[in-house]
Order: sequence, then C-alpha cells, then structure tokens
Amino acid sequence: MPDAMDRALVEATQAGLPLTPRPYEDIARRLGLAEDEVRARLGALLDGGALRRIGVVPNHYRLGYRANGMTVWNVDDAQVDILGPQVGALPFVSHCYRRPRRLPQWPYNLFAMVHGHDRAEAEAYAEEIAGLLGAACLGRDILYSTRILKKTGLRLGAAGRGD
Amino acid sequence: MTPLDRTIINGLQGGFPLSQRPFGDAAEGLGIREIDLVERLRAMLDDGTLTRFGPLWDPVALGGAVTLAAMAVPEERFDAVAEAVNAFPEVAHNYARDHALNMWFVAADSDEAALARTLDRIAAATGLEVLSFPKEREYFLELKLEA
Repeated sequence: MPDAMDRALVEATQAGLPLTPRPYEDIARRLGLAEDEVRARLGALLDGGALRRIGVVPNHYRLGYRANGMTVWNVDDAQVDILGPQVGALPFVSHCYRRPRRLPQWPYNLFAMVHGHDRAEAEAYAEEIAGLLGAACLGRDILYSTRILKKTGLRLGAAGRGD
Repeated sequence: MTPLDRTIINGLQGGFPLSQRPFGDAAEGLGIREIDLVERLRAMLDDGTLTRFGPLWDPVALGGAVTLAAMAVPEERFDAVAEAVNAFPEVAHNYARDHALNMWFVAADSDEAALARTLDRIAAATGLEVLSFPKEREYFLELKLEA
C-alpha cells in the first residue's frame, strides 16, 4: 500500500513531469528526497500497479479520432464476466469496464470505449462487439463525445494532503 | 503532424524511463535528439495535441475512490452546468455526449465517503441528479492511439 511519501509524489507529479534534463531530481528537491529514492519509489509504484504508466496522453481529436464512442451494453449478468475480457481484448477497445445499471434511466452494465476516425468506423467496431456478445446482449447504445469539457489528471483530494 | 511528432506520440505512451536523464534515454530509444524530444513535448502540450505528459496514476490503488458520473442537463443550462461541474477539482474529465444523459464526468476523491459527499455537492451546485457508475470490474485499460 502506498505510504504518505508516495502520495506526496502523486501530488508533486499531478500536473505532469517537468521538462527538465533531470526531472526526477527536480521532484526530489521539491519533496526533500534523494533523486534515487524518487526513482526507486516510482519504479515500485509501477511494479505494484498504482502507477499505470509514464508517458504522453494525446488528445484523440488532434490525432484524427473524431468519433470517440462509449459503447454500452446490457449483458446477461451470468455471462458478463466471461464476455467482458473478450471485449476488452479487441484491438480497437481502449477501456472496458463493468459498471452498475441505474434503472430505469440506464440498463447497461458493460462499457467499452472505441475510437474511430469517423462514426462509420466506430459503428463497425460496435458491430464487432455485438457479434462477440451474441445472444447475451439484451440491449445496446453508443454515446459519442461531442465536446471535451475538461481533461486534467486525476486528483485524490484529501488523500494527497494527509488530512 | 510531423513524422517527429508521430514518433514521439506512438513511442512514448508508456515506458518513459526512470533513469537520471530520462529524456536523453527516451530520445535515444526513439532515434531522435533529446533537444527535439523536449521541444516537441513542450510544443504539443502548449497547442493541445497532448493533454498530459507524466505519470498516470491508478487512484483506487492509491487508496482513493473514483467514479464515472452522468447527468441529464437541460440544453439551455448546459454551459453554466459544465462550468459549475468543472470548478470542482475532484472532477478530472468531463465530456458532452449525445444522449439524454448528456454530461459524463470522472470524479476522484480520497475515499468512498468523500467521493459521495463531492457528488452530493455537485448535485446541490447544479440542482440536477447525479448518477454514479463506479467500475465494478476492469476488463481492460490500455489507451494506445496511433498518430
């Protein structure tokens, strides 16, 4: 389990890594740590999974992915945990989760994000998912993002500040 | 987009080194110059091609709580509601989507109780019902977009 210093590290990198020749040294100086310790902690957090990856996050739209569709599926509860990983393994699916239904507004329990250059491409991907789900699929929809209203790194509120 | 930018985007969506001079090592791995890597990262962050560069944390593994939430926002209030929702630092991403539930955002907080309070505050600030869809199972998460 990450400790208080790990959480301070999360806070210190929330806005991203500094674009300096030795970014870990800069973070270390801010936290009063040795550079080696910052690098070792980040490595341990990567291994443990709390740090998913270090890299660039591109803006989908700028890369030409104009049809960013959240495909949502009402999948038989008895089969969703078998089919979910198969949907997630499709090469064009970037995220795939099981989430709760909220009836009556929301009957869907499987969410899979697909990214197409246009809606026809995204819809072809949705058809592939539908084919994989077969009779276990009791309903479906696709919600396209029409605007990014906000996109920043996740903050953990009080967790990072220790209160 | 230049071939250099493509190289950086396709080659650096993960695996940025933990070495003392990571930009130099990453650049070498990509077959480009360190100065070009740093300059292009800066430029692509400035012009919005990149939304972030750095560590991507799993809030749940850090002991935090996160959810995907949705609201049905009346069209005439959409921009004002977006502003009110975005003003919460707990809200990381917010997207307009073409559905009766037309605003979808990701919120993270220190723990489940704090997250529930934040969602209540968002509902109070907007006068709208907030539906929360916390993930129950993660089947796949590996965003790799080809530039």
